[in-house]
Amino acid sequence: MIYLQLFFAFVQIGAFSFGGGYAAMPLIQAQVIDTYHWINATDFADLVTIAEMTPGPIAINAASFVGNQVAGILGAVVATIAVALPSCIFVTILAVLYQKYRKMTLMQGVLATLRPAVVSMIFAAGLTILIPTIFRDGVLSFAAGDFKIRSALYFIVALFVLRKWKPNPILVMLGCGVVELIIQSVIL
Amino acid sequence: MPSADNKHVLRRLFLSTLYLSAFTFGGGYVIITLMKERFVDKLHWIEEDEMLDMVAIAQSSPGPIAVNGAIVLGYKLGGFPGILVSVLGAIIPPFVILTVISFFYNAFKSSFAIQALLTGMRSGVAAVILSVVWDMFMGVVKSRDWILYAVMILSFVLNYFLHVNVVLIILAVIVIGILRTWLNGRKEVRP
Repeated sequence: MIYLQLFFAFVQIGAFSFGGGYAAMPLIQAQVIDTYHWINATDFADLVTIAEMTPGPIAINAASFVGNQVAGILGAVVATIAVALPSCIFVTILAVLYQKYRKMTLMQGVLATLRPAVVSMIFAAGLTILIPTIFRDGVLSFAAGDFKIRSALYFIVALFVLRKWKPNPILVMLGCGVVELIIQSVIL
Repeated sequence: MPSADNKHVLRRLFLSTLYLSAFTFGGGYVIITLMKERFVDKLHWIEEDEMLDMVAIAQSSPGPIAVNGAIVLGYKLGGFPGILVSVLGAIIPPFVILTVISFFYNAFKSSFAIQALLTGMRSGVAAVILSVVWDMFMGVVKSRDWILYAVMILSFVLNYFLHVNVVLIILAVIVIGILRTWLNGRKEVRP
């Protein structure tokens, strides 16, 4: 049953994303693309783009978007509740027990060890967005027809601009989109 | 903390998290700073020290940091009804926005302009993510801790090349983290 699947997938995303921000991305990808095939890699890239441009945590954004795509508004409600549920349980327990575990050395030790794993999994999720964006058919290949030159150029320029001037990421993304729109309008 | 006018607190809590969630771009860390500004500096409902502890809980728990922040805040100010109210406030804005966008995404995905815009923006978002990854990567490199290096390399290979389930990798690393913290603690006890 689709609602149960949505619930189970998004409970896992809520329960195992440590560190906030992009930490949920590899988990979303694993559930939504690899396990259930609800959306493809291109839609996932669009979802991350949309999440980046709208307020709210990426996990909540993904739950609302994917839930809607897969099973309409009720699916979105189920997925969104599911993704917030582990937080509600875990944080409430911690908040209640907090006086006892004031220093939380164990928690901090675990988080410090998790950080490098989270970095490499976000990197992997970033690659699954980058590769189909730059290579046709999503396969690494530098043959003439397999390589999207404009997309690769946008990526390189955007990365350079981000590192050099640290502007608002939304503006960089919009810039890439607008340039592509202008080029396609002029050429075609 | 006011308790006589509990309804007033709950309403204030709901409207605050709703407002912060609807207008905060840039992720959980930003929203937590804004929560502190509102509830510590402006309303004086929470002490500064206590807020720092609440931020620590929100950041070290799994799940979206903005939701975790709303939960500790809600619990502190309104008990379990407070949790319900503040979580709803945090969730409703992104839920509504993404539901509307999801509808338009299907309707407009085939349009020429949206298609071109999204094509360009995918390159941009890949650059944004890899730039963030680079900063996080340098943070790990600076730790000069070979166990962290090993965790980083191994989890990448397992995830990207061997397609091992992400949840399994995280669980395994949690076990390593518990063991390390426990062993370090024992070392400190017996010098």
